[in-house]
Amino acid sequence: MGATVNIDFFVILSSLLFVIGAFGVMIRRNMIVLLMCIELMLNAVNLLFVSFSTYYGNADAQIFVFFIIVVAAAEATVGLSILILAYRHLRSIDVSIFNKLKG
Amino acid sequence: MIATIITQLLGALAVASAMMVVLSKHPVRSVLYLVVTFFFISGLYIMMNAQFLAIVNIIVYAGAIMVLFLFVLMLLNLNKDAEPKTPTIIWIISTVAGGVLFLVLVAALKDIVLVSQKDDFAPISNIGLVENLGNTLFTKFVVPFEISSILFISAMVGAILLAKRDKPTID
Repeated sequence: MGATVNIDFFVILSSLLFVIGAFGVMIRRNMIVLLMCIELMLNAVNLLFVSFSTYYGNADAQIFVFFIIVVAAAEATVGLSILILAYRHLRSIDVSIFNKLKG
Repeated sequence: MIATIITQLLGALAVASAMMVVLSKHPVRSVLYLVVTFFFISGLYIMMNAQFLAIVNIIVYAGAIMVLFLFVLMLLNLNKDAEPKTPTIIWIISTVAGGVLFLVLVAALKDIVLVSQKDDFAPISNIGLVENLGNTLFTKFVVPFEISSILFISAMVGAILLAKRDKPTID
């Protein structure tokens, strides 16, 4: 499937996906949606890795995508368990409530 | 030519569903739109001849991680009133900051000098197949592979320790 798409298309597309994820982290207060936006940003980086891997014909970047998926899975697990713990204590998932650590 | 159109269509749909992840009010809808986004990104991987990564992306991201998110949403039993409101000033500031971030990223990445200027972006190759990726993973990257298993074990232990009740019911 030789898609004759320029590399610029993928650079702009993954920048756009990354910015949408960052925008979501900025505007949303819900902690679960925040974690999902982080996953979206990681996927944008994965897309750029794969596109450059295809561009240069080198498989190393695709291995890096595996490691990013591993780190994303670990991060989601620990983040969601912290979220459940915080929800048990505070009965809310609003991130602005979690400033009680402020000294 | 048809592949170009499919690739651009998949990219546009991925951006649209990513916007819906951010903008939809209900968290369950956000999760489902994120699954749709991952499917579109997997389609882009297939268009870039990264077939094995496309399958792994669907299985791990859309299958496992998103089910974990849905499960946590189901456990928390949130209703519509629990959705926090964002002030308007945050919206304005975030829109400006996101737009500026996009401009900076594109402007920085536009000026990169690529080593090889090719027009045919994705020639038919077998670097994305499981045989080639497995060879690379278990020879060149075997140490990071083992370290990632340690990361998984520590994440698992950490998740269990964090989610455990404060007072264990052990006599």
